[in-house]
Amino acid sequence: MAHEEDPLEHERASWKPSPGLAVAVPDPVQNSELPPHRERVTDKDPAAMKRAVRTVYTLFYLSVAASIWAVAAYMIFPIEDGQITSIRHNNLFIGLGIALALLAIGIGAIHWSKAIMSDKEFVEPRHATRGRDTTREAAIKAFADANEESGFGRRAMVRNSLIAAVVASIAPGVVLFRGLAPQSSPSNPYAGDPVHLLSQTMWKKGMRLAHDPSGVPIKASDVTLGSAFHVIPEALADVSHAEGYLDEKAKAIVLLMRLPVDQLHPEPGHEDWGFDGIVAYSKVCTHVGCPVALYEQQTHHLLCPCHQSQFDVSHGARVIFGPAARALPQLPIEVDDEGYIVAKSDFHEPVGPSFWERH
Amino acid sequence: MAREKKRRASGRRSPLAAVALIGIGLLATGGIYAGASAAVAATNDTSTSASTALTVDDGKKLFQANCATCHGMDLQGSDDGPSLVGVGELAVEFQVSTGRMPLAMQGPQAPEKPAQFTEDQIKALAAYVQSVAPGPTYPSAETLDGKGDVANGAEIFRTNCAMCHNVAGAGGALTQGKFAPSLESTSALHMYAAMVTGPQNMPVFSNLNLNLDEKRDIISYLLYLQDHESVGGFGLGSLGPVAEGLFIWIFGIGTLIGVTVWITAKSN
Repeated sequence: MAHEEDPLEHERASWKPSPGLAVAVPDPVQNSELPPHRERVTDKDPAAMKRAVRTVYTLFYLSVAASIWAVAAYMIFPIEDGQITSIRHNNLFIGLGIALALLAIGIGAIHWSKAIMSDKEFVEPRHATRGRDTTREAAIKAFADANEESGFGRRAMVRNSLIAAVVASIAPGVVLFRGLAPQSSPSNPYAGDPVHLLSQTMWKKGMRLAHDPSGVPIKASDVTLGSAFHVIPEALADVSHAEGYLDEKAKAIVLLMRLPVDQLHPEPGHEDWGFDGIVAYSKVCTHVGCPVALYEQQTHHLLCPCHQSQFDVSHGARVIFGPAARALPQLPIEVDDEGYIVAKSDFHEPVGPSFWERH
Repeated sequence: MAREKKRRASGRRSPLAAVALIGIGLLATGGIYAGASAAVAATNDTSTSASTALTVDDGKKLFQANCATCHGMDLQGSDDGPSLVGVGELAVEFQVSTGRMPLAMQGPQAPEKPAQFTEDQIKALAAYVQSVAPGPTYPSAETLDGKGDVANGAEIFRTNCAMCHNVAGAGGALTQGKFAPSLESTSALHMYAAMVTGPQNMPVFSNLNLNLDEKRDIISYLLYLQDHESVGGFGLGSLGPVAEGLFIWIFGIGTLIGVTVWITAKSN
């Protein structure tokens, strides 16, 4: 290869790389020559060559055996009784066979090329990247000729109308793409308004707090001291997945806890948002929205498992550690005539992480 | 040899002398301690084997000798330990037979260790605590039989327990040195006891929160996990992407690097 005629010989001789901004050092690194060629054992010793050949064909035959084993394993370890262990054996032994078959081919091929194939070394210097001057002139001329013959530069009317046509052809795609986004309608006025969607949940005055996921409402008397209840709005249990069950649940999940009343220090103005030590807070972390549910009943700390934000439930779920920026929103609750815990209203602020209009 | 002799002549000790001295000292203290504790254990054994069926009064004595320092003579609690009024016999069963109580020292969380009392003594202690102020009691055998609805148990576990105890019951870290323990070898009775009594920082899951059928399902799910090996191969502690990622980064990529070196290395 290196001995072929080099078509760019004259170019290389005359071409000097531009120094650009490079600093010329007085003692540049010298071109280190190639290390001396070391002869392989297989080239010096015929017995070693024989051994290498034997290794390679043994590997290839081993691969054949492993493939046959994989087929045999499919028959020996069938998945007929539906047991997990038989699935496991089936997968394991077929997999071992196929893996060994492919690995043996690969290892054999590499060993072949390294130990048996020719060990002759070649030097192939890089050629100059710049084309010949004549080549470059020819290329420029081709463009100029094309421009001259097509009249692209001369006939501005034709050219501009083509540009207009190409730009206009993108418009349908943009319009169709916009149509994929949720849009408001008279029956669903807020569908296209993400700010409104993020700002309201299913909670409203009188909505009962219910067990997640059964939807059984919770009585205040059920919530013993030190308890933690995982809560959804009672009406959510009737929403199907097709109707956006998960979208609603993601905003409305709540953790209900009961603390000793003397350990509860509500925020000013929130004194009547709980009931006899029972408080309810959004379970969506104000950092990036993980469910915050690791409740410690003695310290009253809530830990978010994703980024270790900690909230102090005894002080309005304020942030005491970690990257969360705001306290968890509190759901105001009261007790209805039948003793069930109900929401006083929706959350008074959007739940979950910050967004553009809420930060 | 020559150097050795020279050292002796100049009166300097071999550097091994210090190591040997420390070794002899450690062996001596260790031996004496082992002998002494065996003797103490032997006397303890005679005292417990002498009393077979223990009464509430025995429980009271045990309580006053072992627990009252922190929990108060009348279970009222102190600065060093919470009140035990209303915790019930099941809390005693859980705390004492898992070795969490008596506490060896104050810390973020009482660790599990070998139980300090015999079964009879624990029963007597529990009966005493229950007699002073009643609380959660032993469940029926049916609740603990592990024959509930495993799938439903798994769903309830994921909603109520998995955030701390890990979806596979492998446990996990909490704040400031506290942790949710692994449930991979917990007995059915202790699972139940933990739910109804809420030991330490675990919230209480009373029978009004998760009813007996739901508790039975959760216990069945956890027992199922204990009895069935992971079908996905190595569990790597069931810790999820951290353990698995670490394994593949170190061993998977390490193997790839090794193969790459081998391919590009010169043959012999």
